[in-house]
Amino acid sequence: MLSRVANCLYWMSRYIERAENIARIVDVNLQLLLDLRNLNDERLAEHWMPIVQSTGDEKAFLELHAKATGQAVTEFLVFQPENPNSIVSSIGQARENARMVRDQVSLEFWEELNRVYLFVRSPEARKVWRRGPSEFFQQIKAASLHLSGIGYATMLRNEGWWFSQVGKFLERADKTSRILDVRYQGLPERGMPVSISQTEALGWSAILRSCSAWDAYKSIHGADVHPRYVTEFLLFNEDFPRSTRFCVSELNSALRHISGVPSGRFCNEAEKLAGRLEAALQFSTVEEIFDQGLHWYLDQFQLKLNAIGSAAFDAYIFQDFGPEGGELMIQQEEQQQQQPAHA
Amino acid sequence: MLREYHRDKFFDEMLDESGKIRPHYRRFCSLFESLGTDEFADKRHSIDLAFLRQGITFNVYGDSQGTERIFPFDLVPRVIPAKEWEFLERGLVQRITALNLFLRDVYHEQKIVKDGVIPAFYILSAKHFRREFVNFKVPKDIYIHICGSDLIRGDDGTYMVLEDNARCPSGVSYVLENRRAMKRSFPDMFERIGVRPVDHYPQELLKMLQYIAPPGVPNPTIVLLTPGAYNSAYFEHTYLARQMGIEIVEGRDLVVADARVFMRTTKGLQPVHVIYRRIEDDFLDPTVFRRDSMLGVPGLVHAYRAGHVSLANSIGTGIADDKVMYYFVPRMIKYYLDQEPLIPNVPTYLASEESDKKHILENLPNLVVKAANESGGYGMLMGPQAATQEIEIFRQRIQADPRNYIAQPMISLSRHPTHVEGACFEGRHIDLRPYIICGEKTTVAPGGLTRVALRPGSLVVNSSQGGGSKDTWVLYGDE
Repeated sequence: MLSRVANCLYWMSRYIERAENIARIVDVNLQLLLDLRNLNDERLAEHWMPIVQSTGDEKAFLELHAKATGQAVTEFLVFQPENPNSIVSSIGQARENARMVRDQVSLEFWEELNRVYLFVRSPEARKVWRRGPSEFFQQIKAASLHLSGIGYATMLRNEGWWFSQVGKFLERADKTSRILDVRYQGLPERGMPVSISQTEALGWSAILRSCSAWDAYKSIHGADVHPRYVTEFLLFNEDFPRSTRFCVSELNSALRHISGVPSGRFCNEAEKLAGRLEAALQFSTVEEIFDQGLHWYLDQFQLKLNAIGSAAFDAYIFQDFGPEGGELMIQQEEQQQQQPAHA
Repeated sequence: MLREYHRDKFFDEMLDESGKIRPHYRRFCSLFESLGTDEFADKRHSIDLAFLRQGITFNVYGDSQGTERIFPFDLVPRVIPAKEWEFLERGLVQRITALNLFLRDVYHEQKIVKDGVIPAFYILSAKHFRREFVNFKVPKDIYIHICGSDLIRGDDGTYMVLEDNARCPSGVSYVLENRRAMKRSFPDMFERIGVRPVDHYPQELLKMLQYIAPPGVPNPTIVLLTPGAYNSAYFEHTYLARQMGIEIVEGRDLVVADARVFMRTTKGLQPVHVIYRRIEDDFLDPTVFRRDSMLGVPGLVHAYRAGHVSLANSIGTGIADDKVMYYFVPRMIKYYLDQEPLIPNVPTYLASEESDKKHILENLPNLVVKAANESGGYGMLMGPQAATQEIEIFRQRIQADPRNYIAQPMISLSRHPTHVEGACFEGRHIDLRPYIICGEKTTVAPGGLTRVALRPGSLVVNSSQGGGSKDTWVLYGDE
């Protein structure tokens, strides 16, 4: 498979996953606000700023907006074209990557991705948004889940498929860890929190909801929402498809499908790091993590994911296929063709 | 619905001089008759939506927003009876055969020049003549593998060749997609009317590409080289690659080592043997042609010269597109094949011939003037519709550089019933681009792309200027 094609498929599914997760984060936080009382500017900023931080785009946000109001944050995360990771930008980039490897994805997959792309760029999207953000996020999540389903049901399990899985699960693991990190300011720096306020409990429920984990969590822990169990569930649950352990396990297995090397061995840096990270998730306890401090632990976890991503790049893609040519290259691309002429 | 349709002074594809439906349209008309206005509107809408959803769009040139449009599609098909098509097919095969012999000659012995049929001056001054490739033997002596020669019909219905596109003709994906859309919308019509299929085009293309592979390579790796996702024909490139089951590559996916071409894959470098390139000569290899090309592959020409990789089309075919060479094609046919040309050219005047130039300059308001090496409607003067000032600009250009200009009388293209707003049908001017593949044998896909000028009275069929397309039906029979 062409390295550039592998790269496109990786980013295509990464961006789809990103759009879905941002929709989850913003949606659940908007709903959470409905339960809070005495909202003033300061409290709103306290609420929204960690969410911007969780996407890793704090700097870009502050360049565009003076205050972290609900409107500024949602605009930034959902529509703003200047934010390369906004929902609209992410879907645009997913579609652009798919377009470049149009021959590698099934027709059904392409049509759905194209449909959601046309939707988010249409005036209709703003209309739905004004009617109710929840409905809008519902559509984004549904499109991403729909794409997952189409992928599972129609795509060849070839090398390209496994590259797209690498992108998807790297992104999902990263986003789950960032969502889990949203409430860290209410936690002691180190050690297990003893009891939490009702407001805090609402915050932790919101975390579960944004990962579609509410029902799954309840089936195991009942309605008792405690940071200890939420963290344990979202980090270490073996069977929940959005837990970091599950994601890293899928990621590791996708890497091994690409190379054909069995688990327990490795042939490149990416496999070594992914295998190690999976083992660490299998053989850790939530107590150990709180002893180190959850926030610190999650930071380290994200760095490890980044290292796996760049090691996979070094192993398979070799060279940067970014738009280094810029304007001139685009101009030359546009020029090349013999258009039918006329009388 | 077509009952309301009337012809006027132009040649009409569907109605004869007395306003009667021509025999090859009768079956279509009677089936179309039973369609209600609403049903027609529904079908139109769902086809447009399907094109948009599938991303069968072109990028609007120079639009920074990256706006994509669909190429407007008209549901009333253009119908060509079997006998007429057989004639066109023979004429097109004759023409591409002569063009390939011309290219072989002009890059080797240049007998046609020595025998005084074409003045040496015209060859040497042709913009796309590649001196570097004189005496270079191309695989199987085929220069033009894929050709799109545009055909038009004038007042009396005679088919004429308007121009040859021997470099990277585009548009064939629309032929295939238009047909798919029509089959979905009118499944019963195809069975009852008897329309020749077009969908084996990708296989024919693949067969040809395999045929020209370097000798001694049993399972050649074939790739399609695209300029990239910003090219307006990018959809077509991915479409054809997918249909043929070959890799679509960009210049940056390829590297040359030891005069051999490789592609960069996740498992390292893999050899490439045949390249169907949709990039023009100038951009193919920055070490040989334009140095600023960011689309090409450094060293590609070297590998081509070494015979380790084949290109379709070959390098240097652009000279056959020169509108001055076009003037000589009927003479080429006589010279190389000793035959009369079956499909005539549009009458053409060369500005660099003194007597022609005089005629051109005296009749500018009645003529169409074209730059010899432009296409897509650029560098053109439509005399009868031009402002005085514009005519004067062209007068100066022609006097300054006569070699670069030709002139032709204004041809009123034939018209075809076409849907217009308000559920009615009016005549709109059309042309035809057939696609010819030249490999072990020469084949022409039945029909081709019929383009239609959607603006009333317009003769411009380009997608960028309000043009659309129609499905083209070549019948098994004559009725």
